[in-house]
Amino acid sequence: MLVEIGHFALILAMLVALVQGIVPLLGALVRSRALMDLARPAALLQFGLVALAFAVFMHAHIISDFSVRNVFENSHTAKPMIYKVTGVWGSHEGSMMLWVFMLSLFGGLVGAFGRGLPTSLRARTLAVQGLLGFGTLLFIIATSNPFDRLFPTPADGRDLNPLLQDPGLAFHPPFLYFGYVGFSITYSFAIAALVEGRVGAQWARWVRPWALSAWCGLTIGIAMGSWWAYYVLGWGGWWYWDPVENASFMPWLLGTALLHSAAVVEKRETLQRWTVLLAILTFGMSLIGTFLVRSGVLTSVHSFAVDPTRGVFILVLIALVIGGGLLLYAVRVPGLEIGNPFAPVSREGALVLNNLLLSAGMATVFLGTFYPLFAEVWSGVKLSVGPQFFDATFVPILIPGIIAMVIGPVLAWRRGNLGAVLRRLSPALIGAFLAPAVVFLFDRTAPPAGLAGVALATWAMLGVLTDLADRASLARLPLRATWRRLRHLPRGTWGYATAHFGVGVLIAGIVVSTTWRSERIETMRAGDSLEIAGRTLRFVGVTESDVANYHVERAQIIAERPDASPMTLYPERRWYPVARSRTTNTAIATNGFGDLYLALGDPDGQGGWVLRAYYNPLVPWIWFGAVLAALGGLVSLSDRRLRVRLPAARAPVAAAVRAVDS
Amino acid sequence: MGLRLLFAAMLLVTLAGPPARAVEPSERLADSTLEARARALSKELRCLVCQNQSIDESNADLAHDLRVLLRQRLVAGDTDQQVLDYLTARYGVFVLLEPPFAPLTWLLWLTPPALVLGGGGLLLLRARRRRPDPTAPDLTQDESARAALLLGEPR
Repeated sequence: MLVEIGHFALILAMLVALVQGIVPLLGALVRSRALMDLARPAALLQFGLVALAFAVFMHAHIISDFSVRNVFENSHTAKPMIYKVTGVWGSHEGSMMLWVFMLSLFGGLVGAFGRGLPTSLRARTLAVQGLLGFGTLLFIIATSNPFDRLFPTPADGRDLNPLLQDPGLAFHPPFLYFGYVGFSITYSFAIAALVEGRVGAQWARWVRPWALSAWCGLTIGIAMGSWWAYYVLGWGGWWYWDPVENASFMPWLLGTALLHSAAVVEKRETLQRWTVLLAILTFGMSLIGTFLVRSGVLTSVHSFAVDPTRGVFILVLIALVIGGGLLLYAVRVPGLEIGNPFAPVSREGALVLNNLLLSAGMATVFLGTFYPLFAEVWSGVKLSVGPQFFDATFVPILIPGIIAMVIGPVLAWRRGNLGAVLRRLSPALIGAFLAPAVVFLFDRTAPPAGLAGVALATWAMLGVLTDLADRASLARLPLRATWRRLRHLPRGTWGYATAHFGVGVLIAGIVVSTTWRSERIETMRAGDSLEIAGRTLRFVGVTESDVANYHVERAQIIAERPDASPMTLYPERRWYPVARSRTTNTAIATNGFGDLYLALGDPDGQGGWVLRAYYNPLVPWIWFGAVLAALGGLVSLSDRRLRVRLPAARAPVAAAVRAVDS
Repeated sequence: MGLRLLFAAMLLVTLAGPPARAVEPSERLADSTLEARARALSKELRCLVCQNQSIDESNADLAHDLRVLLRQRLVAGDTDQQVLDYLTARYGVFVLLEPPFAPLTWLLWLTPPALVLGGGGLLLLRARRRRPDPTAPDLTQDESARAALLLGEPR
């Protein structure tokens, strides 16, 4: 019964979304306030209904109701409770539910907190969001119904893919989807603004908090995915340039560009056209990322044939959203204002460079991801585009961006003085030359690329610190005054500084862990030991046992260092009998500056086990850096909330000034 | 590779075999320079039955066979290029993770630099045409309003 209520709520939500998508648009057309005002309650109601359906679906998973096909296919009575809950988004149907939940959540949030928006803009934005919701809900109900029943009811389920039964992964999809789908609202804002024909500073001020929230979610989501790959896959890599990773990275790159260009629109009323285009393309990439890549079309051109309904539906949806958006853009863009001019060397100029590089980087990732598909269709030749391609093309594109990332925020708006800025940044410049020199003294065999990376990371981190010190007049004023200045810097400045510093930390992690990594792969018997990165690993032995829904083989390894107390690590191999699948569970000992990383391989049948041991220096900084970047976004967001109220108070004055001017 | 596993799992695709576990100790060559070359080469070669993994990272049977095969070629005295050519002749260009620069891949390799250089060039040209007017006020309308507010109401 409950399941039918959930199903019914989902259908009702689709109808509400349709009303939300049509009536306010008509209302805005005929200037009917009553029709436009329907957008808010409709958005809230749609969210309520989707949330209800989602809750019912989750309940079915929690009580293991195997009469629901999705529960039968993805759950098992012996599965730990946490994975019964998070297993909700572990299947295609469930992840679609999470997707539409986020979509209606963002609509509901704008409905609830968008009081400051002009009625027509709010009505149009929510209407576009409603249409997106309608399309997705129709897709779910028509092709991927999560409430599908089974009769007779099976006694037990088939269990969730064991790889998904992991705490890191349990929370990765919600963050990722919050980011992906969050960009739907910036898309809706962009379409609404195009329909209205006005994109100004005010519009950017409304859009930025939403773009920032989505960006923070996406950043955390990608970082969690990469962390999970690192600790679960068993050879210490953390990024593979795989189509699905690229799928999340493409909207991230464009979303990052969008954040920065929206800032220019807000502060300087320029780059309006470009920003609107970015808003459309960012969500377009989110759609391509979640749908096209997941449809399996990249693995094989023919995979659409497996389930043509879903494939065709997805293609039509993507074509409508991206194609429709771009068409409207092409029609309306000549009517948009041309922004205020600026010199190439200026803060706007630096932000344009950032946008150029991020977009070119995105295009490179897109090309690398989809090229094998194109090539196969054109010529029938199967090609591989591996990490080597991305290392050779994407990395060189981003390096000037990292250099400019430090200079840009120090440049003045409109016309900047590069010489003066470099003088102000001289401590960072000196540091960027000293750091690799010091590293070289310790390691004469260091490769030039590693040393250059060290210079880049130092430049990025020291650059931010130098700018902060400069803004607080460190060494020019007494310390107490400097401290007061630091405390009173705007939140937006702290946000930028935290995020950019995070990028520096991230680069340091990437460069040092890839350049100075150690690896030992040996067959070990009880009592054997090996040396890695100044540590001795003693292999005690392997024990077997049955836990919850899996069988485990667990090795005990004691790691000893001359100057510290020994540590015991337990890398595992697990066997999930119901899902018929094996996983490796690595053991990682970290001190924040490096990871000792152990993975248990196969037994050799003669009492020996393959042990893979790695020492990955500075690798945790990759995720520290990403978290710092997201934290920077949140700090900026807290500033924005304060400022959103300001324009209302300022508007009468601005109007008065304009009246005097004319 | 990481996220792909997640989504593959979400799509209910059963993954062939256990998670990848790379090169095995038993395959290793005694000669350490030769072994280093073998490792470098195996990172360039695709495991043909896996999704987007090099044979260095995969523990599929085929990856194991290819690792052994390439070591045999190296021991027999092949250069790195000869090993790659041999495997390309056998398995097609699909086996190379780094696509070669050939007519089919010109677009792939040349687009990224063309975008940066072309885009940068266009932007510079445009910026030269639309230099800011040195006599214009440095403030936007919004800022002028705020300035007026501050000037009009001295604290």
